[in-house]
Amino acid sequence: MTRLGYLVFLAAKSSWNRRGTLLLIVFSITLSTTLLLGIERVRTQMRESFVQAVSGTDLVIGARGGDMQLVLYAIFHLGGATNNMGYQSALEIAKKPEIAWSVPLSLGDTHQGFPVVATTENFFRYYRFRGDRQPAFARGKAFASVFEVVLGAEAAKKLGYALGHKLLLSHGSGGTRAAEHTDMPFVVCGILAATGTPVDRSLYISLAGMEAVHLNWRSGAPIPGLHITPEQATKFDLEPQSITALLVGLKKRSRVFALQQEIQAWKAEPLTGVMPGVALDRLWMMVDTGERALLFVSALVTVTGLAGLAAAILAGLGERRRELAVLRAAGARPADILILPACEALLLMGVGTVCGVAALMGLIAALGPMLAEKYGVFLHLSPPEAGERLMLGGILLAGFLAGLIPAFRAYRMSLSDGLTVSV
Amino acid sequence: MVAGAAGEDASPAVLLQNLVFRWPGRLRPVLDIPAFTARRGEQVFIAGPSGSGKSTLLGLVSGILVPSEGSVFVNGVRLNELGGARRDAFRGDHIGVVFQQFNLIPYLSVIENVLIPCRFSPLRSARAAAQAGSPLSAARTLLERLDMPPGLWNRTARQLSVGQQQRTAAARALIGSPSVLIADEPTSSLDAARRAGFLRLLLGECAASGATLLFVSHDPALAEAFSTAVVLPELNRAPGEDAA
Repeated sequence: MTRLGYLVFLAAKSSWNRRGTLLLIVFSITLSTTLLLGIERVRTQMRESFVQAVSGTDLVIGARGGDMQLVLYAIFHLGGATNNMGYQSALEIAKKPEIAWSVPLSLGDTHQGFPVVATTENFFRYYRFRGDRQPAFARGKAFASVFEVVLGAEAAKKLGYALGHKLLLSHGSGGTRAAEHTDMPFVVCGILAATGTPVDRSLYISLAGMEAVHLNWRSGAPIPGLHITPEQATKFDLEPQSITALLVGLKKRSRVFALQQEIQAWKAEPLTGVMPGVALDRLWMMVDTGERALLFVSALVTVTGLAGLAAAILAGLGERRRELAVLRAAGARPADILILPACEALLLMGVGTVCGVAALMGLIAALGPMLAEKYGVFLHLSPPEAGERLMLGGILLAGFLAGLIPAFRAYRMSLSDGLTVSV
Repeated sequence: MVAGAAGEDASPAVLLQNLVFRWPGRLRPVLDIPAFTARRGEQVFIAGPSGSGKSTLLGLVSGILVPSEGSVFVNGVRLNELGGARRDAFRGDHIGVVFQQFNLIPYLSVIENVLIPCRFSPLRSARAAAQAGSPLSAARTLLERLDMPPGLWNRTARQLSVGQQQRTAAARALIGSPSVLIADEPTSSLDAARRAGFLRLLLGECAASGATLLFVSHDPALAEAFSTAVVLPELNRAPGEDAA
């Protein structure tokens, strides 16, 4: 055993000997680690999961109103519904030469709380997330007829539906029986592979399907006594009047500003074109102050924990003067006496931070699905990332520095006590 | 290190010359000893009432304290010439210490307590290994010879009686055969019956390993067992009333 190894052994034994007191200190370090890393993780992964969901989309076009609201609602199904834009405008925009692809989205219905998105096959072909990935089918295929539905991975798992399962859509976000489109069941024709984006929690039907279930509805309520069977529905003209938003990808990204101006000046109706990255940046700027305040508070909690750590070791030194004198008599140098409490501090910090990371993982495992469901934030059960590792390093370093306080005290005590301690 | 390894060295185990010690900031010295010698293997009883500077003297011999004037030689090495770290290393290598009480690290077992000097001093560790095969078996041998039954070896210090604690401390001071053993009132926490037994074991083991013993006590009755006895107030020219 090396000298340093022996000191670490002594520090561990000594800490274990006083575990009753030190457990509380370790707990407070665990708590502050969980808090700091948790806030950092939610902060970064919230940004990540939002940005990844729109990685391939150059412009989100919708009715003029709140730009951020449009992006949040159309892509993340968050916040209040926006006004619709005319489908005719969407078709005209889609025909513009600079546009590589366009995906219309129509929202509003739900199934068991999962949002139902009406779109076209273009969605499966052109929508991009996480860099350049596109939705893949785990089973089945895209909808080909009016009453077929494709399930996102998470939705399929939670609902437990297999291919061929029949389901009913609910009008609006509520799940009440009265608002169900009972006449027209949809058949599951495909299930998507997991994407880590809001796609996982969504159900996809065709624009015609959305139109069909609302044939006998006016102003948000079913028309009394009017029943339309699916067979009858398909005979209607199922082209929608309006949609929620149009996602657009350009052939050349540099054309995005020109197109945006063109959209803003759209004659037929007031439209807006939003670059999702810009809208998200504005969102981050809004939440930034809050996040900083949270980080600041948890840093203070950490400092409190560290002060407790230093105080606990310091308080223990009084009873241990004799112990330090015995070690000195047996050949320990003052430097060894200095290292001993510092080792103890580092050990406690190590145990505390490891427990903190473990607690964070436990919390993510327990609360992650709820966060994804309610707020569209996907947290990964991954080991600490660069920013978090930096934070952990900072916590450990701060703990080491806090440990130097009792260390120097022990050092000075052992210098002045020598071998003679009056007990 | 010069000494220790060279057993037949002519220099005495402990030699004090014109030694004066004052606490920092004080004018009056605590100790003023013109000359003191302990030969190799000598067992010296140092008598003195409390407050006569006994502990200060042991602090100087063990290199924890540095004299204000004069010299402290141990095995021919002038301790005041060594730097702090060298003095600590020298102590670890060549000096064993037994205190009056609370000699043990409470959270370590008996065996681990005995092995402490071997952890800090490679020389002690090597000598213990040379004598018994390994430091661990050296510790076991010593404990057995000091009447510590194996059933106690893995207990922690607080599970021991005071007598058992003192014998464990003696084993620790003796492991790896240091050349000088310093005992500061090691028997005063023991009752009369155990006192004689402990003293016999300690003297026997010191004789067996050839260690020089400096045994300090306020109890002159113990002096009979020693080959040499000195009275500290006679040795010390400094007025003793308020010495530490």
